[in-house]
Amino acid sequence: MADLPPARPGAGTPILALEGLRKRFGGLTVTDDVSLAVAPRGIHAVIGPNGAGKTTLIHQISGTLRPDAGRIRFAGREITHLPLHRRARLGLARSFQITAVLPGFSALENVALAVQAGAGSSFRFFRPAAGEARLNEPAMAALEQVGLAARAAVKAGALSHGEKRQLELAIALALRPKLLLLDEPLAGAGPEETERLIALLGRLKADYAILLVEHDMQAVFALADAVSVLVYGRLIASGAPAAIRADPAVRAAYLGEDA
Amino acid sequence: MPRWREAALPLLLFALLGAAPWIGFGEGYVLSLLARAMILGIAALGLHLLVGGAGLVSLGHAALLGIGAYAVVVLDAARVTEAVWVVPASILGAALFALLTGAVAVRTSGVQFIMITLAFAQMAFFIAGSLSVYGGDDGYTLYGRTELFGRRWLEDRLVFHYLCLALLAGAWALVGMLLASRFGRVLRAARENALRVAALGFNPVPYRLLAYVIAGGMAGLAGALLANATEFVAPSYLAWQRSGDLLFMVILGGLGAPHGAVLGALAMVLLEEWLGHWTAHWRLIFGPLLILAVLFLKGGLAGLPAQLRGAGRG
Repeated sequence: MADLPPARPGAGTPILALEGLRKRFGGLTVTDDVSLAVAPRGIHAVIGPNGAGKTTLIHQISGTLRPDAGRIRFAGREITHLPLHRRARLGLARSFQITAVLPGFSALENVALAVQAGAGSSFRFFRPAAGEARLNEPAMAALEQVGLAARAAVKAGALSHGEKRQLELAIALALRPKLLLLDEPLAGAGPEETERLIALLGRLKADYAILLVEHDMQAVFALADAVSVLVYGRLIASGAPAAIRADPAVRAAYLGEDA
Repeated sequence: MPRWREAALPLLLFALLGAAPWIGFGEGYVLSLLARAMILGIAALGLHLLVGGAGLVSLGHAALLGIGAYAVVVLDAARVTEAVWVVPASILGAALFALLTGAVAVRTSGVQFIMITLAFAQMAFFIAGSLSVYGGDDGYTLYGRTELFGRRWLEDRLVFHYLCLALLAGAWALVGMLLASRFGRVLRAARENALRVAALGFNPVPYRLLAYVIAGGMAGLAGALLANATEFVAPSYLAWQRSGDLLFMVILGGLGAPHGAVLGALAMVLLEEWLGHWTAHWRLIFGPLLILAVLFLKGGLAGLPAQLRGAGRG
């Protein structure tokens, strides 16, 4: 860790630390000795060209893939070998690149299920969950936070693409996570929806640690407090947005393509 | 508890079943047919919890029913015929089998789950056939119906009718309550997207296993009743064809609401009987009828009123 500067100087011990993470698929190294520290507040963006291994990295952090080597520390404990649901319990919430809301559940019930995950045992059999104020009120608050309160009763399958994105965020927020892993939250959203989501992420970063994987460079540089650049599975630079923008290696490897 | 609007149709159904002996369906033959439909309805309700709730399609549910029935046989051979012992033995026996086999099965889903439940059921089927003490393939005739507190209440047709009805209504209320609870919400969510549910911090396995065990217990109860209804138990109770029948009841009735399973059981048993009277080749008609029902009844029989309303509006 010593060779990497903290993501945001003075922000305290990192909430998430990757140490020498490696993952190979056959002959292809998709994560090549990645070490990274994410501060407990603010947005840390991971950028890189297509195929750089960004989503694979997210999968290893969230627990859907196991790294071949290296360690993942989260909130002061090692989680390298914990399954997905255990990591979620510790406060690691992720959104999915392809939206994974429950289409047959209403927007409210989607979020209420997330609240339920943190509100005591779910081995309760007698009371109808749909009537529990203890679940519905925080769920409604999360929907309001993302601007989706008016659509609470609508089946998630009937929401627009951008609204599903907002719902994904509301679900993640309802888990009251220590870290939000957002995998391309702007993908496929229209210009207005994108603007709304960027404003929302800008508000959220004051209270949450967010690891953001995103293709939209304008959004990344508008939002991020720290940026890490991944190319062919290797981290070639990590630091403040201005420094990254000026980094010649980054310009050559990535930004140069379209900047 | 289900809301009144949703409960109107099932409550009407139970009222009709309750009135049946007094409105011209009181003959012994008709009552035994209705009892059979209600008993299979209890097993189908458990299967509805799995298929409609958890999205787990079991092709081995009859094994659980058969184990419940064989518990009655084993105790009968040991001269134990008291319901206080027999009924819990049936329920717990089937639930235990569900726990042991489910511990493996619920870790899979889709076709794998179908094959594993089928394989376990076939094992139970062949074991039942090899139990020569209990008649082997020929089956076992009970000495008499199960007693309750030392008296043969269940010999009375009306008592047996209302017992089956009460248990059916209880099973319906139980499944509705479970599906609406926090537990049921996790089950239903895991059916729609298991990965999403895990990302929220839920491990779906214990929820599915518990649903499987509860469905097993319900099938065991149905097995005890079925053994009493026919006073005879054979390995055919566990056959995969019967598992298929149960699955068909659940799907024909409709996966949208638990009373679909009850409607499906009634429809299957009564239709089978009616067509059987009409012609010896009734299966030739029965099959296409079922295919038509699945093709054109989107929400199954339980969804029929809504579908008719929709058609009336359109």
